[in-house]
Amino acid sequence: MTCDEVDVLLHALLDGELDAGHAREVEAHLAGCPGCAGKLAAYRDMRGALAGSELRFRAPADLRRRIELALPPRAAVAPSRRALLKGFAFGSVLSGALAAGLVMVVVRGDRDQRIVGDVISAHLRSLQAEHLTDVQSSNQHTVKPWFNGRLDVAPPVVDLTAQGFTLIGGRLDYIDAKAVGALVYKRRAHVINLFVVQASAIDRLVAKSETVQGFNVRRWSSGGLEFWAVSDINGEELQEFEQKFQAAARAAEGA
Amino acid sequence: MAGGMHADQDGGRAGRFRDLALPLLDDVYTLARYLLGSAADADDAVQECYLRAYRHFDTYRGPHIKPWMFAILRNVCHSARARSAAAPQPAGSMADDADEAAIPVWSEPAETPEIAVLRRHDSDTIQRLVAALPLPFREVIVLREIDDLSYREIADVVGAPVGTVMSRLARARALLRQAWLAADGKEQP
Repeated sequence: MTCDEVDVLLHALLDGELDAGHAREVEAHLAGCPGCAGKLAAYRDMRGALAGSELRFRAPADLRRRIELALPPRAAVAPSRRALLKGFAFGSVLSGALAAGLVMVVVRGDRDQRIVGDVISAHLRSLQAEHLTDVQSSNQHTVKPWFNGRLDVAPPVVDLTAQGFTLIGGRLDYIDAKAVGALVYKRRAHVINLFVVQASAIDRLVAKSETVQGFNVRRWSSGGLEFWAVSDINGEELQEFEQKFQAAARAAEGA
Repeated sequence: MAGGMHADQDGGRAGRFRDLALPLLDDVYTLARYLLGSAADADDAVQECYLRAYRHFDTYRGPHIKPWMFAILRNVCHSARARSAAAPQPAGSMADDADEAAIPVWSEPAETPEIAVLRRHDSDTIQRLVAALPLPFREVIVLREIDDLSYREIADVVGAPVGTVMSRLARARALLRQAWLAADGKEQP
């Protein structure tokens, strides 16, 4: 094999794209040719420097919003909607709620139903896709500023480790076709996702617990924001989480 | 806009598209920035790419959606450049059409056995060096080094044979290394 051939093939070797036969030939040439071996080392060095640099751009929040709005909304209640979440046998939100023995006295508005569905989907996605947090920190002073500039509404961030709910980070998520902040807490081995959504202008959300598809959802509103907590911890613990969160958020505001 | 952007009638198509395509937004935007340069042009191209991808979502066969989205983005960027080329020419835009064959793969003297060690640059400098490469080389560098696509996937995105991808990548790295060493010289005290 000539140096000219190796000049090109050493890149395929470097990228792990060379079949075993050619790889052996290139390696044999490299063993006897310090010039080509030097090049391989130089390119490997450059690859390492590229990999260790931050070369990506982050899409502006405004662009994300525009695309979200330009795409058609998700189907409101369609079983196939969660076909993506393999391994979970889902019915509709409604049948899930009925199966859990919840009698719905009041027919909720479309928006609420959409949000419950989105909140559960987002919770599941966060557990499956190994994308629980964009910013991982138990320090509220790290997590809170991370949201600045990424969202219209920065969520209040409080650490509740002393109260038994450990803050592990935050991330951006999508609820009701809008980018929202999600705070992630842990209670023992259980994850709690807390989604913070701009309150709807029309009706004020009354604090309420429900069980949907085996998950507990607790929602409340405060200071123009709606909070949706979802987890597989039991309903009472989730309610306790709400109380601790509200108390700490009030204290942080007053401080 | 014509073409069914209103309701999600066929059983969760919009939801599926959102789940698959929206997590790639930063990747698509990054490629657009490298292909087009300006943030405003990248914004427009990415939005157009998502709408186009949604309209043609039934042609997506998998397995990986990233190369499929990138190929669409590349077409959108190509049209955008063709439009701006039809408009009055900004100076220096022809640099993108550099003749591949004219660029040597390795341009340091062959009799120099010592290979200079690259100085570490900060991310901004490296970003600038990559962005300054002629287009055909810039795109393979971004697809390989930033997006970590395989040669096969890169070939699908740029619509060229795998062999061409390999030789283009070899030239692209040679160019980048040259520019890198040149930048070293400038930064040296």
